[in-house]
Amino acid sequence: MPKDSGIGASPKRREDQRFLTGNGNYTDDINLRGQAYVHFLRSDVAHGRITSIDTTAASAMPGVVRIFTGDDFEGVGGIPCGWQITDKHGEVMQEPAHPVLAQGKVRYVGDAIAAVVAETADQARDAAEAIELDIEELPAVINMKEAVKEGATKVHDDLTSNLCYDWGFVEENKPAVEEAFANAAHVTTLELVNNRLIANPMEPRVAVGDFNRSTGDSTLYTTSQNPHVIRLLMGAFVLGIPEHKLRVIAPDVGGGFGTKIFHYAEEAFCTFAAKALNRAVKWTSSRSEAFITDAHGRDHVSTIQLALDADNNFTALRTDTYANMGAYLSTFAPSVPTWLHGTLMAGNYKTPLIYVNVKAVFTNTVPVDAYRGAGRPEATYQLERVVDKAARELGVDPIALRRQNFITEFPYATPVAVEYDTGDYNATMDKLEEIADLKGFAARRAASEAKGKGRGLGVNCYIEACGIAPSNLVGQLGARAGLYESATVRVNATGGLVVMTGSHSHGQGHETSFPQVIADMIGIDESMVEIVHGDTANTPMGMGTYGSRSLAVGGSAMVRATEKIIAKAKKIAAHLMEAAEADIELKDGAFSVAGTDKSVAWGDVTLAAYVPHNYPLEDIEPGLEETAFYDPANFTYPSGAYACEVELDPETGKVSIERFAAADDFGNIVNPMIVDGQVHGGIGQGIGQALLEAAIYNEDGQLLSASYMDYAMPRADDLPFYQVDHSCQTPCTHNPLGVKGCGEAGAIGSPPAVVNAVVDALQSMGKDITHVDMPLSPARVWTAMNE
Amino acid sequence: MYNFEVEQPTSVADAVAALGEEEAQALGGGQTLIPTLKQRLASPSKLVSLSGIAEMQGMSADAGVLSIGGGTAHATVAAGTAASYPALAALAGNIGDPAVRNRGTIGGSLANNDPAACYPAAALASGATIVTNAREIAADDYFDGLFTTALEEGEIVTQVRFPVPEVANYQKFVQPASRFALVGVFVAKYPDGVRVAVTGASEDGVFRWSEAEAALSANFNADALEGLSLSPDGMMADLHGTKAYRAHLISVLTKRAVAAAG
Ligand SMILES: Cc1cc2nc3c(=O)[nH]c(=O)nc-3n(C[C@H](O)[C@H](O)[C@H](O)COP(=O)(O)OP(=O)(O)OC[C@H]3O[C@@H](n4cnc5c(N)ncnc54)[C@H](O)[C@@H]3O)c2cc1C
Repeated sequence: MPKDSGIGASPKRREDQRFLTGNGNYTDDINLRGQAYVHFLRSDVAHGRITSIDTTAASAMPGVVRIFTGDDFEGVGGIPCGWQITDKHGEVMQEPAHPVLAQGKVRYVGDAIAAVVAETADQARDAAEAIELDIEELPAVINMKEAVKEGATKVHDDLTSNLCYDWGFVEENKPAVEEAFANAAHVTTLELVNNRLIANPMEPRVAVGDFNRSTGDSTLYTTSQNPHVIRLLMGAFVLGIPEHKLRVIAPDVGGGFGTKIFHYAEEAFCTFAAKALNRAVKWTSSRSEAFITDAHGRDHVSTIQLALDADNNFTALRTDTYANMGAYLSTFAPSVPTWLHGTLMAGNYKTPLIYVNVKAVFTNTVPVDAYRGAGRPEATYQLERVVDKAARELGVDPIALRRQNFITEFPYATPVAVEYDTGDYNATMDKLEEIADLKGFAARRAASEAKGKGRGLGVNCYIEACGIAPSNLVGQLGARAGLYESATVRVNATGGLVVMTGSHSHGQGHETSFPQVIADMIGIDESMVEIVHGDTANTPMGMGTYGSRSLAVGGSAMVRATEKIIAKAKKIAAHLMEAAEADIELKDGAFSVAGTDKSVAWGDVTLAAYVPHNYPLEDIEPGLEETAFYDPANFTYPSGAYACEVELDPETGKVSIERFAAADDFGNIVNPMIVDGQVHGGIGQGIGQALLEAAIYNEDGQLLSASYMDYAMPRADDLPFYQVDHSCQTPCTHNPLGVKGCGEAGAIGSPPAVVNAVVDALQSMGKDITHVDMPLSPARVWTAMNE
Repeated sequence: MYNFEVEQPTSVADAVAALGEEEAQALGGGQTLIPTLKQRLASPSKLVSLSGIAEMQGMSADAGVLSIGGGTAHATVAAGTAASYPALAALAGNIGDPAVRNRGTIGGSLANNDPAACYPAAALASGATIVTNAREIAADDYFDGLFTTALEEGEIVTQVRFPVPEVANYQKFVQPASRFALVGVFVAKYPDGVRVAVTGASEDGVFRWSEAEAALSANFNADALEGLSLSPDGMMADLHGTKAYRAHLISVLTKRAVAAAG
């Protein structure tokens, strides 16, 4: 029976009312009295030495307030990196300075050189064009393997090379892994590229800096997934503003996908300039600017090898990856190819020995950082492609090979440092076989072939680590932040609740699903619960939303705070009913005394808390407001099995996705409709990566796909209807809701399914093709077929 | 965008006069020009809007010739020629998105002559006549390479006259990002022969594939194209397709167009 409220129900998303009727309040909707506008003069060369900047003429242009250059930021901190990696030799990574405005050199097309603040945005842009700039062009460092060769041009002159780090994981496993490969009955090797992507949230980035000269308070309005993180990074590392003098507000945010996690130079600039000029300063990214300034995602070049014994058991796995960092280290960039990638290389399989090497490389390109899935899609793609290739080489059924090697006992400690608490990979595979109607595939292939088309089926599994994660653990791994989450639950006198959470919603529907949880705990209507987020002034220190952590970590914090509320409310109820606290039960919004017909309503108790006339003042304080911080004991491990069916037109190489099925295990589900939506969106992005999207630089470091004319976003007609199921549920064992996270699964699980399907189609058409790099555009597929 | 003035004449004569000024430029539907201005890649001091000129709007058919006003929007063409010239209607109905089709005009498209645009293929394959304020130009003399046409400075496309073929079809293979034509082939069969025009492929812009025309004029059947192919030399190459791929697509699409034209 579908429920109509509380956990498990699918109420419509309450936030959509304002988003769809133009009542949202996005950062660009914020206009402050007297605000000025900034336009950044950006480098149009990938690498060069700034030999002179003359702003004299530009400064005299109409409306110009002031022009800032790198010199104005001497003594100001650079943009910090939030994660330090220690390499396989025990050395810490090379960490270049990342100035707010370029100092001496420009390092990618889009690097900000000067910032013009003027009365209007157009005047700022006009004046930026009048800045006289001389740049001595240097050779661009683009190809990662070239970049790490002896004698290569250096992106950062003061670093010893372009190698940020050379990470080995687990280094001690390496000899055993080598030995297992030497003894293997079969070794499958695959080289592949995980294509560079641009997140393209619907709302481009915006920042508005404000300063109050009377109080000395700074405020930043910004398009962020995590305002507290921005406050900490920018306040402590860049501008030297203590938290109590800095407020960061991320109002409605129109999509993030990871790219709005990071602290960007434009945020620091607007905050800095607002103080310097004593007036608000606003920056709104154009879409063209977004292409060359939003952190990009993925961009790994990998070689993966799988060793199997004579019975087709996986005996060892090793992988070598070059991971592009771009020109500077974005906030979490170093963690993505390492801890978010290496730790996932076991996947769903009990491979006993694994060694992961990652070389992170600086290039003259836009910084690369987390993008939906972050590291986990890269791991899943390698693993699920190589397993597929192994099955083909061995002539065994790819599903059977997977099942044979599945982890079946939990908890399971992988050889790559994580412990899966729970899962049931055969259950999701069974479910997949059912919903994808794999039995009907042969008939569907025959029908396609009768039309002169090829048809392929691709299946894969995935595991991800979400709900990132215990602070003490991530601290050991190099995180320069904790990864708990917080919530304050404020109950008002008449019984309504306001939940102030450190999680941030930018498309996830928190304002709908979080109240379902709280209302369920108390037994009241969801409409009595309101969610407040996105403002450091009225929410407790939180770490924000990414890594599918909001419900698992932020939701757990809310549960803990609500538990405290209920405990206190029971004391009050006990007092009101003159009963023992231990006998008080809360059900359907009323407190009763066990075994009696005495009861008081939720609202009577909350009123008593604020009008404490008849109240145990000697024992408890008035009021009903509690805060909890929740630091999880482990990651959560959602998993699933995906199937994709493609049709391939041999004449043009065009691939069309005919069917796509996803069987996920997200543990317990709060709002099935929102989960469906998250999976749909994730699969859409995964299909985008697999078939359409690619950020491509030429050797001079110009981004060739710098607009929608050349960067292909998935559109409705590129996507099929999905069969999505999340009825397989192994609840997380260590958080109070038993939830695992669903935001990234689709983007993680779908690319290998698509590529496996296309390879299957090609093979069925008699082509001896074992791999084609993404995106599988018609031209690439046709070229592969005709080489 | 830089600042500019806008003039909104109501007759071709007034528009021509306005365009006589230094740095004035015609504005059709603005679907190409406005993005160009926004990126500050052009800086006309005056835009002369053609959308208020009644004599440049609408369609009429007479003696096998379909005449379309140069200011007619793609959506209007798509709706208005479905019966008289279905292949052209389908082409117009497949340009861009609804906003582009409701604003963009046939005159603007032909004046712009984007190497990946659709209308140039229709005009060339139909042996259309491009009528301007000053003269009539045969399509064969009109297209002059990428973004270049026979139009003089300030000359306005006021009308396009399409001889209506017996049968025709346009096959557009879309570039995945822009959804312009990665390659587009328009095949039109007339009593005196078949014309085949190709857009999106050549470094010289839209062109006629004469071997295919000869073969199809002799036998209007996809089989007649068997063995015919174009050299990749001179084709465009970019992120979305190599020269060889484009050359190959031309053959595939031409066959499909013939098969679809029936
Ligand atoms: C998202 C998008 C997708 C598109 N997809 C396609 C597609 O799939 N296929 C396709 O063919 N096109 C496509 N287009 C282009 C579209 O068809 C444009 O409308 C067309 O190319 C230009 O027509 P316009 O009326 O908008 O001209 P404008 O943009 O106003 O002008 C373009 C140029 O022509 C000049 N001009 C305009 N009208 C005249 C005239 N009557 N006489 C002389 N000069 C004139 C202008 O001065 C300017 O130089 C797309 C455009 C967009 C924005």
